[in-house]
Amino acid sequence: MTRADWIRLALIVGALALLEAACRYGYVSRDAVIPPTRMFEGAWRAVTSEETRADIWLTLQNVTLSLILSLIVGAAVGLLLHKATRLRRALDPLLASYYAVPTFVFYPLFIVLFGLNRWPLIAIGFLFAVVAVIINTLDGLARIPRAFVRTAAVMRLTRTQYALHIILPAAAPWFFTGAKFAVAYSFIGVIAGEFVVSGAGIGHAIAFAYNSFDNRMMYGLIVLLFVAVGSVNTFLSIWERRLYARRAGR
Amino acid sequence: MSAEHLRLTGVTRIYPALEGHPAVHALGRIDLSLRQGEFFSVVGPSGCGKSTLLDVIAGLAKQTAGTILFEGKPVAGEVPDGIGVVFQEDASFPWLTVYDNAAFALRRAGVPDGEVRERVQHTLTFTGLMSFASAYPAQLSGGMRQRLCIARTLVMRPRLLLLDEPFGALDQQTRLLMGDELLKLWRETGATVLLITHSLDEAALLSDRIGVMSARPGVFIDLVETGWAHDRDSRIVSETAFGAVTARLWGALRDQSIKALAMAS
Repeated sequence: MTRADWIRLALIVGALALLEAACRYGYVSRDAVIPPTRMFEGAWRAVTSEETRADIWLTLQNVTLSLILSLIVGAAVGLLLHKATRLRRALDPLLASYYAVPTFVFYPLFIVLFGLNRWPLIAIGFLFAVVAVIINTLDGLARIPRAFVRTAAVMRLTRTQYALHIILPAAAPWFFTGAKFAVAYSFIGVIAGEFVVSGAGIGHAIAFAYNSFDNRMMYGLIVLLFVAVGSVNTFLSIWERRLYARRAGR
Repeated sequence: MSAEHLRLTGVTRIYPALEGHPAVHALGRIDLSLRQGEFFSVVGPSGCGKSTLLDVIAGLAKQTAGTILFEGKPVAGEVPDGIGVVFQEDASFPWLTVYDNAAFALRRAGVPDGEVRERVQHTLTFTGLMSFASAYPAQLSGGMRQRLCIARTLVMRPRLLLLDEPFGALDQQTRLLMGDELLKLWRETGATVLLITHSLDEAALLSDRIGVMSARPGVFIDLVETGWAHDRDSRIVSETAFGAVTARLWGALRDQSIKALAMAS
């Protein structure tokens, strides 16, 4: 573990200990926030309950599907817009203001389009994530040094060789950043959609626990979400660090 | 007298008007002939079209008018076989080791593994990079990275080597030493070299002949024969004749540099 990892761990443990003490000694109302130890109990209850496990499994499937779709479509659209300079210029302001649009308003439309099944939620997760991938792909492609492009011409590379051996590795760090955003946005899109409009999934289970005043289950599910998103992002960060350590001369 | 290797006749390059910007006559008319195995340098004021000249010779840009013959065959907007280019910017691929960088073009060209190994090892030894074969470019100094770019070009055994201010980002002492190495490589490979540089000393030290370009649109206003021995190195900077060559270059360039500065402001 690096020094930064230890500091991160110390901050998390410290914050949890502080919250535990604040809850136990009555500085924070237990009706609003429960001690972290109770949250972990709730998380364990969620994991061991068959019904909640089905919700978790459904959400993870939906997030994975929306993530895969957003990565493929986002990278393809990014490449296309990079080539179509005029179209990109026309779309730039729209992409920049995209996240100001509340994507959930399209949920009724998606129900009409896809029916009452998992796909409207996947579509929301996809819409949340795809633009982050497009923007980062465009950024990565724009940052490919001109010398690389000219070197490829001097080496008389074919289009496929150029794409596979120059564009892909040169833009990979930015694509990776887009993928990390896409993970977070897919979770946000799918779970928030479940929270507001769905009858199943972690988001729905959180909303149900909230409406039933079951704080332990509600916070337990939130803890599980933190652990899931944190684990995926930590895995991606470690992979990225290992992949680019030597490229950066470390 | 060696055979003619490269001939430019009436070459011009005009950048067309674009989105409110007027057309720019960047280059020419250029008439030039390079001998096989000659070391030719081009000096000129900033923005005179030196790099544009290199681009049209390399086939990276198409000339507006005129003809370019490399080994008797026309060049027009496509890089011909036998031409290698080293750019001023660091063009080493940071995701590949020194060895893989050097082997990159050979592998893409489908050269058999055994031959790739042999040619890369020879070139890396030749350029003093063999002990860094498994290092990544970020682990090398600026000079070594530029040497890697030269090695990556030389491994393809170019018959015409085009160098666009390859030492521009290096300090003066490193430039002198890199110049010596370049002369050594030039003698060993027998390639014809065309070097674009803004350094009069560098041009005077390295070249058989130097073309002095005018302010934009760049044309040759003087061609200076240095008369150096084939087996030369950076020690010639202390010779009287070296001073005479740089003085002649500056004599031809001074007014053009003033004109270029006035145009820029």
